[in-house]
Amino acid sequence: MKDQVILRAVVKLMIPPILIFGLYVVTHGELGPGGGFQGGVILAAAFIVYGLVFGVDEMRKILPRKVTDFFAAFGVLLYAGTGVYCLIAGYKFLDYFPISGDPGRAESWGMILVEWGVTFTVGAVMVTVYNEITEGTGPGDQPDGEG
Amino acid sequence: MNAMDIAVGIFLALGCFFALTGAVGIVRMPDFFSRLHPAGKNDTLAVTSIMIALLIRTVEYDYHWTVATKLLLIVGIIFVTAPAASHAISKAAFLDGLKPWTKPGDTEASNE
Repeated sequence: MKDQVILRAVVKLMIPPILIFGLYVVTHGELGPGGGFQGGVILAAAFIVYGLVFGVDEMRKILPRKVTDFFAAFGVLLYAGTGVYCLIAGYKFLDYFPISGDPGRAESWGMILVEWGVTFTVGAVMVTVYNEITEGTGPGDQPDGEG
Repeated sequence: MNAMDIAVGIFLALGCFFALTGAVGIVRMPDFFSRLHPAGKNDTLAVTSIMIALLIRTVEYDYHWTVATKLLLIVGIIFVTAPAASHAISKAAFLDGLKPWTKPGDTEASNE
């Protein structure tokens, strides 16, 4: 893919807007269309399109497997942690009320935390799926290596 | 019914026309490369025309500048990505060895 000038130029041009749009979808998911799942997929799409054009190895340099593994677990921890925190504070699971004194603000904060949890997990798992289906196809991949 | 309404109608009709010709072209064209031609170009122009119509409508009646900015961003992104995507698809097919269609019996125009 080293000679694909048009593709490389367009991808370099489009990755920052894709990332910003992903963050926009995540942060506006509370009020408008969007949310954690969609935003996570869009954020992951930026990395996947980078990997498609510049090669999986280049993508793994900027987003190593350890990082995606960490975020895949961290998102679930954030989601469940928000719920369990409410549970420990004496309310129902994901009840949001103990997060802040103001109920509206508590619901906003709780929703944002849950959305970011979903975002981290979905984005990291999307990149992991791409990593797995391209396993062994990159020039630097060993047939039985960690990748 | 003022001038802006007429402009909106004209742009919407143009967009629908280009989308329709693109769809007809995809069915009618003989092979892969010539089918990509209406798929890539007409859709870009159709989306742009419809977005211009919506842009006029949004700004004229509601002054929703946020919505207008989003529509402009959609136009810009479609303009950059749609041709790049069709370029990537056609180049992948060409590098994979797919021969462009030539008229049967027309030896002069073929590559061989």
